[in-house]
Amino acid sequence: MASNVTDFTQDFAILNQRVNDEPLTYLDNAATAQKPQQVIDALTHFYQHDNANVHRGVHTLAERATEQYEAARAKVQHFINAAEPAEVIFTKGATDGLNLVAGTYGEAHVQAGDEIVISIMEHHSNLIPWQQLALKKHATLKYIGLTADGELDLADAAQKITDKTKIVALTHASNVLGTITPLKQVAKLAHQHGAVIVGDGAQAAPHVKVDVQDLDVDFYAFSGHKMMGPTGIGALYGKRALLDATDPYQYGGEMIDFVNLYDSTWTELPWKFEAGTQNIAGAIGLGAAVDYLEAIGMDQVAAHEQHLVDYLLPKMLDLDYLEVYGPHNPAKHTGVIAFNIKGIHPHDVATALDMDGVAVRAGHHCAQPLMKKLHQVATARASFYLYNTQADADRLLNAIQEAKEFFSHGSVEAK
Amino acid sequence: MGLSKLNSLYREVILDHSDHPHHKHALADSTSTITLKNPTCGDVINLDVKLDATDHIEDIGFTGDGCTISQSSASMMTDAVMGKSKEEALHMAKTFSDMVMGKEHPQADLDQLQDAAILSSIMQFPARIKCATLSWWALQRALMREEDQATKED
Ligand SMILES: Cc1ncc(COP(=O)(O)O)c(C=O)c1O
Repeated sequence: MASNVTDFTQDFAILNQRVNDEPLTYLDNAATAQKPQQVIDALTHFYQHDNANVHRGVHTLAERATEQYEAARAKVQHFINAAEPAEVIFTKGATDGLNLVAGTYGEAHVQAGDEIVISIMEHHSNLIPWQQLALKKHATLKYIGLTADGELDLADAAQKITDKTKIVALTHASNVLGTITPLKQVAKLAHQHGAVIVGDGAQAAPHVKVDVQDLDVDFYAFSGHKMMGPTGIGALYGKRALLDATDPYQYGGEMIDFVNLYDSTWTELPWKFEAGTQNIAGAIGLGAAVDYLEAIGMDQVAAHEQHLVDYLLPKMLDLDYLEVYGPHNPAKHTGVIAFNIKGIHPHDVATALDMDGVAVRAGHHCAQPLMKKLHQVATARASFYLYNTQADADRLLNAIQEAKEFFSHGSVEAK
Repeated sequence: MGLSKLNSLYREVILDHSDHPHHKHALADSTSTITLKNPTCGDVINLDVKLDATDHIEDIGFTGDGCTISQSSASMMTDAVMGKSKEEALHMAKTFSDMVMGKEHPQADLDQLQDAAILSSIMQFPARIKCATLSWWALQRALMREEDQATKED
């Protein structure tokens, strides 16, 4: 079952190392992805040749930096199929973008007695901003539940979203369950009730083709570092009409039109939401990551990961000492696979895997309400990306087997 | 390397303690109670301490969920501090945190930690140091809190 995608590992020098004397098998991509040489080169090139502040100088370097920064915005615009570059705001990442929406649009439109609807599988960064907004405004926070299979329960969504709902915020892909949510259908439901829909694309944008116009989302946030870009950069998409009608998030340089002693006016989109000197190199690096992914094609990226899941998931499900969370049908599972070895704490499992060079995450994955729902304190999580191979899947299986044997031969009792 | 290095961490004593933890129960008549969380993994420990009139630990118990390391560390901690005075117990907590950070300590101090001294091997697994220290932090906090209350009453 060889994947028809070429081997990309040569673009990622970091993968070519040994950890604890074993070849590194990096399976923590849902936390952050590795960066291809093309992205690293883009950052270096910018700092070596073109570094200057943007939109401020008339000199040549300022011109070049501005041009590259805005070109990166256009790349991101095409990547998510936004209607125009002005609808793409550079942020620090998904968390920053989601807080921006809650702190501006949410602050202005949610009142006492209104409802905010989110799902039980949200990452804390698409949960706490809404929870706090609801507390502050005396609004009601409602959670959409899951089906038995670990997918978003659409019927429940239709119940929870009402005419009182002002905002629906939903992840596009779960960082624990490995599901893609029916964001488009939920957007439709939200709009039928006059609410806006906010998509958290942190786990989707890196792995599947995102089309914000087709999804008909009002806002959509994601992080650069999970899609092979640098840390500290991300993007927030917003529909022009909504962004135009929303007050700025922060005040300062770059975002003003006229500043008088006692009042000011704001500049146009998207700069109205980009106060102060931005992460210019980061944006350019993100542009390079978009170039890298688009040269391969997001459909290819998704197909490669699907190959790996088709291969790995059934093998994991065959191990009766493993508990695997999320849908058991590989076609419904992204490359994010959360699991536990029964009776062994995931922290112990992750340490054992690390001794075999296999990097996975162990913890609550910033999704404590979901963990509670799964009746788990924590899980281990393996998450795949473009540069992972079937050999990596085999190394994971082997390391799980070894960990199980190690702890069984000790006196660790099965719970 | 494979899993051979794990043997230096998951020693039999440690596995025994996590398998059959000592003093793993709540106290009905504690004089100080604390709940601590390891934010990276969500592990929780509830620690109950009962000090007698002379500020000695008359009884101690813990509950909560956690990995092998945090459970066995809590078990070994309760063994080591039972019957000790508040000052002695705080000194032991300090010895333990210094030990796992690789600081030198007189052998007598380490001996006082009893089984818990074996966790010096955690140094080779920096990501797991928090698992080992969680229960000792809880002890420190519980005893300090005791102090807060005492000073308030004065
Ligand atoms: C689903 C989801 N949303 C939001 C975030 C937050 O992303 P960041 O920490 O890059 O802001 C993450 C990252 O872990 C995530 O997995």
